[in-house]
Amino acid sequence: MSSSSKNIIKIQSLNKVYGSDFEALKGVNLDIRRGEVLALLGPNGAGKTTLISAICGIVRPSSGVITVDGHDIQRNFRITRSLIGLVPQELTTDSFETVWNTVSFSRGLFGKEPCPDHIEAVLRSLSLWDKKDNMLRTLSGGMKRRVLIAKALSHEPRILFLDEPTAGVDVSLRKDMWKIVEDLKTQGVTIILTTHYIEEAEEIADRIGVINHGKLILIEEKNALMSKLGKKQLLLELTKPLDNIPSEFQNFDLVLSEDQHLLTYTFDSASESHDISEFLIKIQSHSIQYKDLRTKQSSLEEIFVTLVQEAEGDKEGVITAE
Amino acid sequence: MNIYGVIAIFNYEMARMKRTLIQSIVAPVVTTSLYFVVFGAAIGSRIQQVEGVSYGAFIVPGLVMLSLLTNSISNASFGIYFPKFSGTVYEMLSAPISAMEVVLGYVGAAATKSVILAMIILATAGVFIELEIRHPVLMLLFVFLTATSFSLFGFILGIWADNFEKLSVVPTLLITPLVFLGGSFYSTEMLPPIWQTIALMNPVLYLVSGLRWSFYEISEVNVLVSLSCIGVFTCLCLLVIAIIFRTGYRLRA
Ligand SMILES: Nc1ncnc2c1ncn2[C@@H]1O[C@H](COP(=O)(O)OP(=O)(O)OP(=O)(O)O)[C@@H](O)[C@H]1O
Ligand SMILES: [Mg+2]
Repeated sequence: MSSSSKNIIKIQSLNKVYGSDFEALKGVNLDIRRGEVLALLGPNGAGKTTLISAICGIVRPSSGVITVDGHDIQRNFRITRSLIGLVPQELTTDSFETVWNTVSFSRGLFGKEPCPDHIEAVLRSLSLWDKKDNMLRTLSGGMKRRVLIAKALSHEPRILFLDEPTAGVDVSLRKDMWKIVEDLKTQGVTIILTTHYIEEAEEIADRIGVINHGKLILIEEKNALMSKLGKKQLLLELTKPLDNIPSEFQNFDLVLSEDQHLLTYTFDSASESHDISEFLIKIQSHSIQYKDLRTKQSSLEEIFVTLVQEAEGDKEGVITAE
Repeated sequence: MNIYGVIAIFNYEMARMKRTLIQSIVAPVVTTSLYFVVFGAAIGSRIQQVEGVSYGAFIVPGLVMLSLLTNSISNASFGIYFPKFSGTVYEMLSAPISAMEVVLGYVGAAATKSVILAMIILATAGVFIELEIRHPVLMLLFVFLTATSFSLFGFILGIWADNFEKLSVVPTLLITPLVFLGGSFYSTEMLPPIWQTIALMNPVLYLVSGLRWSFYEISEVNVLVSLSCIGVFTCLCLLVIAIIFRTGYRLRA
């Protein structure tokens, strides 16, 4: 339970039942590593926000244990909550407060002595400094989002939850957001974010978790995930159209394009690479000429869609078996 | 104890009052003056004295009580209802602050505001009549306890309410009638005996009576009974709040 242990958050058999029978989380086990950026993906209603709310104390777990830095979130809520900053999914702000007041309020609420220097630094880093005396209702949606981030950072948290930080945010602000995450990571802050933009997870996350129907169906290093599940494709642009794929190639997963000019070979990037050289030698021996050659790796998005579909398939399997 | 958290909530709530300074101060001055003009001048010219006190002076404790009750309830209920309504309550729920500290911040601010208002009303009354307060410390104690207990009640109301209508229905349809029927502007001795008995079932009567005793040493019921009434009410409210936070009622899903 030392504060230097590898995992900063431990979640064991977490269940959440809303009302009398809606199971939003079903036996979630998850260890979040100190200093990592973890992206949680999952379709609408999967339970991402519920999971975050349970850790932060907004939603009461129905059963299960959550510890933050070795402390139980219910028994030692003062310690665990002061370590956490939360940027909620919904844009909720007090319209008539100024930026400066609302951010200072957050710091006080989290039990920290006033520190105008810190608030100033946070506002400057989020490009909100010249808006500090503006009322919140005069800010644009993107600025309000930043104010929520400033509020979450006002008390110097060691863990930051960002629930869809880039929903409805333009490209440049999204890039800013990624930069902020990167800076916080270098300061050693553990970051958990949810997103529907897979390229975002691909860009900034160290690990990726996928939630569907209240279950954590996958948690994996991003790179390992990409190479493990990722399919690679070798595309050959042929000099002359090919009538059909020679039968010697039946062991290879090949597709010939309609116009007979593009040959696509799909292979598993995790398996040995001699497959490709073998393939290219075969191409050579059949005197198939090509003018260009490129490879393509499947994106997280494709991986994600496949995963969720598989999970749906499993579920259906269970239903028909009953 | 998260003292900075309590201060943050307190200041935040007081800042709301500062934003509406004119409304907060001018409104009670105008209403109090109206009461004096209407009740004091119109009725007071017919009723010279009530139990040895001029009619104008007689209604002062009632006016103070009316303002204390309605303002404590509406301040505290709006204070907690609004974050719930706008969604900003997420921050309080995720902060390292205990239920009782939250209550201290909200109820402390609401009660402070009503005490300030009560003082403004007293000062306004002083313009129309000569104020006489025999037991100032007891008077302040009554004002303070009433403000606190009814702010607690307002806090509960704000948590219970899930729309604006419920929020305003209690002060206007429950509290105001009780104050008017509770001997604020007349002595129950002026009523027929049967109504005197019914009036004794009105809790507000005990508050008004106690406060009036601290002014003029005249009362409908013993002043100690009045004090215990407020004490019991405060404890009841605290108990309900403790239950609310233990069960997460209407705050945590
Ligand atoms: N307070 C609540 N009461 C009842 N049901 C709820 C409540 N909050 C969430 N739910 C339900 O729990 C499920 C999970 O919701 P949650 O908000 O955690 O999903 P999410 O993964 O964050 O979705 P999104 O991507 O749309 O934000 C949903 O079916 C939702 O309707
Ligand atoms: Mg969500």
